[in-house]
Amino acid sequence: MEFVVITMAKIAVMLGVLLTVVAYTVWLERKVCAWMQDRVGPNRVGPFGLLQPLADGLKMMLKEDVLPRHITDKALYTLGPLMAMVPALVTAGAIPWGSQLPLFGRQIQCVVANLNAAVLVVFATSSFAVYGIVLAGWASNSKYPFLGGVRSSAQMISYEVCLALSVVPVFMQIGSLSLCHMVEYQTHHTWMIFMPWQWPSFLIFIISAFAETNRTPFDLPEAEQELVAGYNTEYSSMKFSMFFLGEYAAMFVMSAMMVTLFFGGWSLPFAPFNRPATTLWIGLAHVAIFLAKILVFLFLYIWIRWTIPRVRYDQLMALGWKIFIPLTIVNIVFVGIVLALWGGR
Amino acid sequence: MATEHQIELMESAARAQEAGDELRGERMIINMGPQHPSTHGVLRLVLELDGEEIINVWPDIGFLHRGDEKLAENMTWTQFIPYTDRLDYLAPLANNVAYAYAVEKLLGLEVPPRCQYIRVVCAELARISSHLLGIGTFGMDVGAITVFLYTFKEREKIYDLCECLCGARFTTSYTRIGGLANDMPPEFLPMLRKFLAELPATIAEVDTLLTRNKIFLDRTRDIGVLTKEQAVDFGITGPILRATGIEWDLRKAHPYGGYEKFDFDVPVGSVGDCYDRYLCRMEEMRQSIRIIQQAIDNMPGGAWNAPEAKIVLPEKKAVLTKMEELIHHFINVTEGLNAPSGEVYFSAENPKGELGFYIVSRGGGTPHRLKIRAPSFVNLQALPVMAKGHMISDLVAILASLDFVMGECDR
Repeated sequence: MEFVVITMAKIAVMLGVLLTVVAYTVWLERKVCAWMQDRVGPNRVGPFGLLQPLADGLKMMLKEDVLPRHITDKALYTLGPLMAMVPALVTAGAIPWGSQLPLFGRQIQCVVANLNAAVLVVFATSSFAVYGIVLAGWASNSKYPFLGGVRSSAQMISYEVCLALSVVPVFMQIGSLSLCHMVEYQTHHTWMIFMPWQWPSFLIFIISAFAETNRTPFDLPEAEQELVAGYNTEYSSMKFSMFFLGEYAAMFVMSAMMVTLFFGGWSLPFAPFNRPATTLWIGLAHVAIFLAKILVFLFLYIWIRWTIPRVRYDQLMALGWKIFIPLTIVNIVFVGIVLALWGGR
Repeated sequence: MATEHQIELMESAARAQEAGDELRGERMIINMGPQHPSTHGVLRLVLELDGEEIINVWPDIGFLHRGDEKLAENMTWTQFIPYTDRLDYLAPLANNVAYAYAVEKLLGLEVPPRCQYIRVVCAELARISSHLLGIGTFGMDVGAITVFLYTFKEREKIYDLCECLCGARFTTSYTRIGGLANDMPPEFLPMLRKFLAELPATIAEVDTLLTRNKIFLDRTRDIGVLTKEQAVDFGITGPILRATGIEWDLRKAHPYGGYEKFDFDVPVGSVGDCYDRYLCRMEEMRQSIRIIQQAIDNMPGGAWNAPEAKIVLPEKKAVLTKMEELIHHFINVTEGLNAPSGEVYFSAENPKGELGFYIVSRGGGTPHRLKIRAPSFVNLQALPVMAKGHMISDLVAILASLDFVMGECDR
């Protein structure tokens, strides 16, 4: 009973924080891109436009949900946006947000589900998002969304492979698939990013993460100059915003993965932030550190989006299959040799 | 035995043929435009796709047809000037200049040097404005949206300059037959100098964002290649022709309007792909800056209108006080200037290519027939040749590199 209550509370808090952060990522994106382009950005609703996400959300909910007449399979059409958003929210449950919070005389772990194969769960669940996009593209019964759906299914499936293979060297070093262990290991030793033999893994991971989340330069499924709006062309109202939320939530989760795998999760390399918290304040500070690190990656996502052009579909596939996948395999062997010779464990 | 064997072979060959048809699958006909984010106005393209590969493209033009050429037959020579604003509406000043020179050629009229120099400044400003837009939208169409905002910030300054020069920002109608609507206001040159000082920074910024960007190179190099022969066969002009390696610029080939007095280079490409077109436009902007600098430095004084009372409207003050001027003003406005009968063709090097006016006059105040040779119309023909075999994403890049304007194409 106690477990259920605590878990439910954790889920509620996590979803609340996640959706808020996601909403404000949209605000951040608009602000940052405005600064990059010598514009002002949202500044009408609230100070610095800070209430803009609220206004956007309200507007989206009040919009009429248009169901175009050519859509025959309403069930799949409705399932599409759900399948795109839910996996991103679920994966967040396997990521440790902080060390622990001493609350009401208990030590509450800052992770919804402390799984021993958390990494696999994250990859498996986030793969589901591709179904959302494929279903949306298919059920829209329209040509541009269809092309968008086809593009994204090919893209996400290819980069899933790169993504999973690129982190294998990290597991090899740690000897565990649990994300909590991963952070623990990094607090005891040093962050993965400070180990030069893990740099190729990180580079491939971050690039694949961009492709996996459909962000520039790999935002082909929704390339507006080519496919109008891609798979979400026929969607309106909250169904559209679910795609939107899904994309940003996926960005958030991928940033969280990068932070957890390579940048020491909630820790900082000095006391008292390099071991599990003993007081509530330090516990909360860990959560803040984690979010701050994520923010850096979110900024990177946005920065890149507004700087560089988009690659072409076949170039993207060639990059994935001909360069990244061989590279990851070579990288696994290379790190294996390094670990065998110098005993990374 | 042998015959049986042969029959079997034929059967399997037929089966393979059938299976091949099946494997190739259906082709998709998709409609791109006239409402589509990357068709730059109201161009409609019907695409036949095999997967993402383009088998065929049929451009469908005419959504912006207004019958400009027919309209011209029912108005005086001067009244047509505002219609030229709406041809290539990204470079209205250049159209005004080209039209004025065309009618002046019919009249056999030479404008004073100050007028020529101001017109050169106008035409080159229009070129910069048009190329800024062309490169900005090129960036946007391959996914680099920020470039678009940077170039549009500079275009805004050009609009400010237009406003200073003639009061209108967009539809300038600045030239008159035999001169200009008004002289440059005194604050124009300082503004122009300031703009010329700031522009290279933006061009350099675009340069850093795109020119050596690996993704941009991958998206544009060897895409939409047009050979020299094809370009000549289609009658392609402007940066697209020069990108194929042919050095043909009317400002050099048939200097008009005093261009022979200016020192500038004509950039040419080597491959004729999207990337070369981009590079040509970038360099043309730099050359335009050079030309404008020279024009400012050597700006002659004196009259800015030809001293032809029967062609150019007299000063307002004189109209109100003198009989002769009043009559000229009345006749010029009501009947139009009296042009001799004859046929002339005049073409100017516009930002998009050769803008030509073919005028048939039977005397009197209105043209008998006025044909506009619009560069966008001619250049757009090459699209199916360029796009075949490429992917949809490439088509978008090719469209952007063609840099056409439907206002001019459909007329």
